[in-house]
Amino acid sequence: MNMSSDPLQKKVSLTDQKIDTTQLIEFVTTPQAGAVVLFLGTVRELTNGRRTVALDYDAYPDMALSEMNKLVDETSQRWPLARVALVHRTGHLQLTEASVAVAVSTPHREDAFAAGKYLIDELKVRVPVWKKENWDDGTTEWVHPSPTGNHPPAQEP
Amino acid sequence: MPQTNSTSVTIKLFARASELTGTSELAWEIPTNLTVGEFRKLLLERCPELQSVISTLFIAINAEYAQDQQIIAEGAEIACFPPVSGG
Repeated sequence: MNMSSDPLQKKVSLTDQKIDTTQLIEFVTTPQAGAVVLFLGTVRELTNGRRTVALDYDAYPDMALSEMNKLVDETSQRWPLARVALVHRTGHLQLTEASVAVAVSTPHREDAFAAGKYLIDELKVRVPVWKKENWDDGTTEWVHPSPTGNHPPAQEP
Repeated sequence: MPQTNSTSVTIKLFARASELTGTSELAWEIPTNLTVGEFRKLLLERCPELQSVISTLFIAINAEYAQDQQIIAEGAEIACFPPVSGG
C-alpha cells in the first residue's frame, strides 16, 4: 500500500553503538507524514522478580538484516508508510539503554501506531537476534522464549 | 558434475546452541541430498549435547528459514538456533 511510485525510503541496520534516536526521527520526518511514531525497546531491571544488571545481544547478521528488510517491505504492503527505520543494537547493554528502535511515519496516526506495533511484534518472533541475561547474582542465561507461541518460519514457497 | 556421496557444508550455531556445543561454527561433510529434517537427526547424533534444545531449534539455509523437506545443497551455510529473543 505504498501510495507513491517511489520506492519506500527505509533504513535497516544492526549496530554495536548507541542508537541515535534523533537521527531516526529526522530520517522519517517528511512532508508526506502527519504522524511519526518512535518505539524503543530498553533494558529493564526486573523480570519475574529477578534483577538484571546488563544484557548481551548477539545476532546472525546476514539473516537478521534480510529478515528485517523483508519485514519492512511486508509492512509497507499493509500500511501507507512514508518512511521507516528499524535498528537493532548488538553487544553489551546497560540498564535503560535502547536495544531496538522502530521509527515510522505515515499520513495519519492510526497507521503509524499499527505499523510500528506490527514491526516490533514481528521482529521479536522472526529476526535472528538473541539476548543473554546478566543477573545480579553473577550468572548469565540465554533467553529463548517457549516455542509454543507465535514463531517462524513465515516464508515464501 | 562429479558424483560424490558427501557434501561440504558450514554449520553456524547461536546463543544456547553455541553455548552447549562450545563452538559457533563447524565445517562438516554430510550425505548428499540430505533434507533439513534428516540433518536435524544427524546434528543430534554428532552433537548429543544439543539434546535439551534440539526440538526447539530453527534451521536456516543460506540465511533463510528452511522447511524440514528442503534438500541441503553443496556449500550451504546451515544455521541452527533456538527461538529468537531480540527486541
